[in-house]
Amino acid sequence: MPAETVSVTGWGRTAPSTARLIRPRTYEEAVTAVRDAGARGSIPRGLGRAYGDAAQNAGGAVLDMTGLDQIHAIDVSGGSVLCDAGVSLHHLMEVLLPLGWFVPVTPGTRYVTVGGAIGADIHGKNHHVSGSFSRHVVSLELLTADGTVRTVRPGTALFDATAGGMGLTGVILTATVRLHPVRTTLMSVDTERATDLDDLMARLTATDHRYRYSVAWIDLLARGAATGRAVLTRGDHAPLAALPARARSTPLSFRPARLPAPPAYVPQGLLTRRTVGLFNELWYRRAPRARTGELQRLSAFFHPLDGVPHWNRVYGRGGFVQYQFVVGHGREETLRRIVGRIARHRCPSFLAVLKRFGDADPGWLSFPVPGWTLALDIPANLPGLGAFLDELDAEVAAAQGRVYLAKDSRLRPDLLAAMYPRLDDFRTLRAELDPRGVFVSDLARRLTL
Amino acid sequence: MKDAFGLPQSLLVLGGTSEIALATARRLIARRTRTVRLAGRPTPALESAAADLRALGADVRTVAFDALDTESHESVLGKVFAEGDIDLVLLAFGVLGDQASDERDPVAAVRVAQTNYTGAVSAGLIAARALQTQGHGSLVVLSSVAAERARRANFIYGSSKAGLDAFAQGLGDALHGTGVHVMVVRPGFVRTRMTAGLEEAPLATTPEEVAAAVELGLRRRSETVWVPGVLRVVMSGLRHLPRGLFRRLPV
Repeated sequence: MPAETVSVTGWGRTAPSTARLIRPRTYEEAVTAVRDAGARGSIPRGLGRAYGDAAQNAGGAVLDMTGLDQIHAIDVSGGSVLCDAGVSLHHLMEVLLPLGWFVPVTPGTRYVTVGGAIGADIHGKNHHVSGSFSRHVVSLELLTADGTVRTVRPGTALFDATAGGMGLTGVILTATVRLHPVRTTLMSVDTERATDLDDLMARLTATDHRYRYSVAWIDLLARGAATGRAVLTRGDHAPLAALPARARSTPLSFRPARLPAPPAYVPQGLLTRRTVGLFNELWYRRAPRARTGELQRLSAFFHPLDGVPHWNRVYGRGGFVQYQFVVGHGREETLRRIVGRIARHRCPSFLAVLKRFGDADPGWLSFPVPGWTLALDIPANLPGLGAFLDELDAEVAAAQGRVYLAKDSRLRPDLLAAMYPRLDDFRTLRAELDPRGVFVSDLARRLTL
Repeated sequence: MKDAFGLPQSLLVLGGTSEIALATARRLIARRTRTVRLAGRPTPALESAAADLRALGADVRTVAFDALDTESHESVLGKVFAEGDIDLVLLAFGVLGDQASDERDPVAAVRVAQTNYTGAVSAGLIAARALQTQGHGSLVVLSSVAAERARRANFIYGSSKAGLDAFAQGLGDALHGTGVHVMVVRPGFVRTRMTAGLEEAPLATTPEEVAAAVELGLRRRSETVWVPGVLRVVMSGLRHLPRGLFRRLPV
């Protein structure tokens, strides 16, 4: 199997480390790669959309699983798919949408693999209805540290450790996933503005249950009375009847447009408080005060950034940090305080979103819990950012909230146990399943997972 | 493991009583550093430096290390790396010597050169290889503005630092793309024990300011850091002064 030594980072392009990149093309090659993992172990990697160091393994092996990308079986009447873990959600959509099926959960990008979706137990705009990705997994095949392949089903300890386990229980080889039926590939979207954070939370609380998909873009640079002003976009798959006559003949076509990528070298400091402030102002003003039933393409509604390949380059060489936390219902005061602090700190963040989570799923390190989640991007070179985020961590931990490991690149390790109460179970299971530490990542080293 | 801001969790200081190194260690402990290994000659000063850092909450241990005993470097440093990853190696040992007397005492002059240059070549290569094996890490080398152009007043020290500086730059280029980051730090006159009693040069700085510059450089993954930053401009001017003029400068 060819292996090349490369420098690896996450999507945020911070903290590079070097690893042997191995791309198995068969299950046997994957087994060999795991068996032959040296003293510094290995970690599976999908499409590298985790922001931090979850799919890096300094000095060891990184298994690029995108070489295992076959769809094996589709149950067209029952609505499920059996596929390799290296299949991307993008590919699933290309194949499944013409058949009238959609992935059960999609994050803000289609360019994640099924394996990554389970490993990070990802969520989407439908979390308040559908939970996280692992809720829709019927079974999966896991290549564990001893080189054996086990079938893992929900309701078992190994499943709960693997869902959200950041690839540290083993390499997911295949998964069977339940799908969601759709009649069209258009979305019927309601847009409204919220004038401040309280208005936003009130709107989300009152009417989220009416929508399958819901998210709010939030202007974190707005201050004073406008602090936390936002644009809500919520909707559902459009029924056939909602389509214009012209589109009704091809209701299930899926042809997302892509713009050219930014150049490989973008100067730092493009995204300043001034430029981002201007963008946010325009973005807020451009949104209608209230509009209902607008038809949007599925890709525009779910994955607007996928239209720009390598959009992470706009942050320049210094890269960026994504901060996402959740605090439970009843902790609105914490959310208010954090939003206020971010606004006062003037973090130039133009991709900030607020979402109301529904019920949690059982994954031990699965991120979503019922409550409020806020995600924001910040250029990593912002002075004092590290200490500022540490202060936010303290607020989040004090409110029994947590930060999202798939996005983390800088959490203080001693806060982890408070944020993830099942951490000890996870560590115990790993110690039994993988006593030699075959599976390890930079994230695992940094946080002693 | 370092974080998104290049902040290390484990730190190995070579030259464990260096005031600049200890100021840097204090600063890093306040952020993310939990494990510190202070390598230096086993003296009460080294133990008391370790105790001070321990009081800040870090797991600190001392390692007997002599820059001049290059034969022992492999085994001494090998043991430290065998215990676990080192995210940051701070190469901080060095002696100033006494220019006037060293000029008359070649043996003493050679000791300055051997400590500052030969010792650093040995320790630097060993540390670099260990960092390369672990696939990540930073090697921060304390050079000096004196390395930029040798001056009449301290050319023995200056030439040793010039050698170290060139070595570290080359090492950084050799390790480019390996996940290991080499950063050369060139402070101006730093107010420490080493410079106590000397006449202060313009743009004098403190160990704390050097430590702050190191932290910033780690975040930016800088290859060269001047402290204070304006020295970069000053020295690029001084570097090109004609010899006759440079010789007459009062600094």
